[in-house]
Amino acid sequence: MPFIPHTEKDTREMLKTIGVDSIADLFNEIPTELKIEQLEHVPEALSEMEISRLMRQRAKMDGSPMCFIGAGAYEHHIPTAVWDIATRGEFYSAYTPYQAEASQGTLQVIYEYQTMITELTGLDVSNASLYDGASALAEASLMAVRINRRVKSGRVLLAPGVNPVYEQVAAAIAGSQGLTFERLPKDVTTGNVDFNSLPEGGDPVAVVLQQPSFTGTLDDVDRMTDWAHANGALMIGVVNPTSLALLKAPGRWGTEGADIAIGEGQPLGIPMSSGGPYFGFMTCKKKHVRQMPGRIVGRTTDLDDNPGFALTLQAREQHIRRSKATSNICTNQGLMVTAATIYMSLLGYEGLVNVANTCHHNTALLADGLSALDGVERLFDGPFFHEVALRLNRPVAPLLEALADRDILAGLDITSFVGTDALLVCATETKTQGDIEACIVAFSDVLASANTNSA
Amino acid sequence: MNSRMSSKLIFEKSRSGRRAFAQAPVDAEASKIPSNLMRNDKPRLPEASELQTVRHFTRLSQMNFSIDTQFYPLGSCTMKYNPRACNALALLPEFAGRHPLGPVSHGQGFLTCMFELQEMLKDVTGMKGVSLTPMAGAQGELAGVAMIKAYHEARGDHERTEIICPDAAHGTNPATAMMCGCQVVEVPTGAEGDIDFDALKSAVGPKTAGIMLTNPSTLGVFERRIKEVADLVHDAGGLLYYDGANLNAILGKVRPGDMDFDVIHMNLHKTFSTPHGGGGPGSGAVGVNDRLLPFMPIPVIGSKQVDGETVYGWLSEDDLPQSIGRLSGFMGNAGVLFRAYVYMRMLGRDGMERVSEYATLNANYLSSRLKEAGFELAFPTRRASHEFIVTLKREARSLNLTAMDLAKALLDKNYHAPTTYFPLLVPECLLIEPTETESKETLDNFVTAMIEIATAAKEGAEFKDAPYTMPVRRLDDVKAARQLDLAYRPE
Repeated sequence: MPFIPHTEKDTREMLKTIGVDSIADLFNEIPTELKIEQLEHVPEALSEMEISRLMRQRAKMDGSPMCFIGAGAYEHHIPTAVWDIATRGEFYSAYTPYQAEASQGTLQVIYEYQTMITELTGLDVSNASLYDGASALAEASLMAVRINRRVKSGRVLLAPGVNPVYEQVAAAIAGSQGLTFERLPKDVTTGNVDFNSLPEGGDPVAVVLQQPSFTGTLDDVDRMTDWAHANGALMIGVVNPTSLALLKAPGRWGTEGADIAIGEGQPLGIPMSSGGPYFGFMTCKKKHVRQMPGRIVGRTTDLDDNPGFALTLQAREQHIRRSKATSNICTNQGLMVTAATIYMSLLGYEGLVNVANTCHHNTALLADGLSALDGVERLFDGPFFHEVALRLNRPVAPLLEALADRDILAGLDITSFVGTDALLVCATETKTQGDIEACIVAFSDVLASANTNSA
Repeated sequence: MNSRMSSKLIFEKSRSGRRAFAQAPVDAEASKIPSNLMRNDKPRLPEASELQTVRHFTRLSQMNFSIDTQFYPLGSCTMKYNPRACNALALLPEFAGRHPLGPVSHGQGFLTCMFELQEMLKDVTGMKGVSLTPMAGAQGELAGVAMIKAYHEARGDHERTEIICPDAAHGTNPATAMMCGCQVVEVPTGAEGDIDFDALKSAVGPKTAGIMLTNPSTLGVFERRIKEVADLVHDAGGLLYYDGANLNAILGKVRPGDMDFDVIHMNLHKTFSTPHGGGGPGSGAVGVNDRLLPFMPIPVIGSKQVDGETVYGWLSEDDLPQSIGRLSGFMGNAGVLFRAYVYMRMLGRDGMERVSEYATLNANYLSSRLKEAGFELAFPTRRASHEFIVTLKREARSLNLTAMDLAKALLDKNYHAPTTYFPLLVPECLLIEPTETESKETLDNFVTAMIEIATAAKEGAEFKDAPYTMPVRRLDDVKAARQLDLAYRPE
């Protein structure tokens, strides 16, 4: 029996101790008419050898195309040590550190993680993580409502560069508590906030700006932050952790700094894996810590006055406060945070700077090469980090399909988001100059044959 | 586990200029970003060699209890063995490296697995549709209650905003109801652990949106009048939500769909053995019956026939216009779903039923042995499901041995403690869930340890200062909350 250790003798003895004749008798409190005979759609069992073969066949179907898509998930080199250690059974198969004395490993990892992520974002405190970047925006918005109690509007203003899926997720999770999400006006030449036509009044509870934006651009974070504060709103920054090696930390935005920073933690050593598991990070100013959702680890002392770590501020959480909790969230993404902490330790600040600069440089190469082709141009003026939006003079989808046939994923079709035929590209440190040139050549080929076909 | 292991932080081991040089590009041209957008401070990240980092985190791992190293009978958490193959196969390079927005032409292997997982989960729960997107149990709950609300609203039934929860429910149930903008109505539990049916009768009415139930309940017993409960709530116009926390107890035996539940969430990290990972990632797939199909969170995996071949793809906004929407940036915790898929395929059809059978056998054996050893069961007249509750209210009074003391004493005997002080309505309780993957010897040894602690207490031993053999002694929680130290900031 897979994973069940009982011998027949064990089972017999155990039934005897219980005082029943069969295992079936143990289910005698369940009404008979509810019991089922046979599952119809679960196949027969496979051995480890058989399932391994099947999964390898399936993996082969997906292949390993060269990927230039970003848009919220990024292909970075992950040092081998990261998952070698993170999948050690002592991390992998432990649970939430309720018994602190027997969970000091997990607790110290989270404390070190909290330290690193607050250093990167320039804010005071961090939780032990949330599910992902998108759901973190929902939690940050709800948190802003709790902090900014004076404001009753429930209006959250989103800069034009906030990932459209983040908006959908925030609306799905926080919408039923009366929050509404509205977009600030966009400057069509830069893709950024149009500061000349910002709305007046309306009592917004929070302003959200994503830096770098969904389309890769860099916005005036200082001006936005000061505007938010001048209008009585909290400032929420959505940031990419790799970019923080170079870009101004949210805690230093504007005169007072952003109040809450969140983002997708995936770039810090987490495989792209079709979308998860990732982790959402969240940091804030110290004065807001009691409104923060999720687990938080604190350093304290034990009976002998030695330092140790424990979950703290649990009075905010669902298992204590029930219907009055800050959120229904239970788990953080412990294993992913463990991996990210090891990743940040291995890279250090200098390593992360090198990754960030290489991503920027590679993306510039790719964008320059592609926009030199006929019918391709940069969609927005202005600085970028490691993604660039390109405008095309023809529909994007058929081109991407043709390139996918050559095992090149040349970017994401963002036509519906920007309202014009456009493509979002990203080249991380994993791409060589040769890879980038191959992509440009293939793109040029595909464009040429598309021109021939339409001629 | 060594006691008094070093708890020096990685930052304290750092030396300026030291790095794991193999792990980042060596030279990188400085970027061309305007200086007003750049940071001019230097974040303090560790400066350590690769070996130092490996050694540091390996040492930290050794300061944990885990399933792979200890018996971990944490009630309500289903701490069963996490097969290694599940992890290795989920991390095959093509799967781990697949971009979430990659085309379906380069994802048929992945999508086939996910589609089949949906089908298997439908089968074991008796539901009509499954969405894999919720990223944890609590998010599955949120999806479930949001669907119940959307259902009523689509029918113009705007007054239905009350969610009924038993007093024994997980804290996430009432917290979720509030997040969905509902009010919580709490219903008490009867003496034998079933819901108080008369109280339920007076709680249901024209404002009832639904009821959230765990069955077997958090008290470790099966809700025997489930059909009557379902009829009562349905007749009042409400829907039934099944909290899948305890699905391990009935897997392959009884299905929530057959008990007339309208919507359920599954904790794949419990029943389907994906890793708990020190507190996540979880995965909280939801299942629905016909009524709630149009409201499922997106994306869902669909299939169609193209030139005689089955092709898998995403169902999204256009396919499910009434959906409650998206809950994650992409499609949920795909890597966790892979692990659950592999586990289910390895168990196969017959293996499902064996899970609940041996989980129940182990729980009943352990409860019988503990009862025989003099421990008091909270519901002695009832059959244990896959878990059961011991109450120490007698020992707390006569021996000054509380549930907390016993939990800490167990750590010194190299056992992880059961869940303590939950459910809240049983005083000094231990919620014990052995799971099916533990052997009889392990259970026998655990009973011996429990007896030894009780005997020592009777002979006057106190465990107020336990544990003694862990890397730290009991920690000062009050200080942790009052003098907040949440990040390392050297002077």
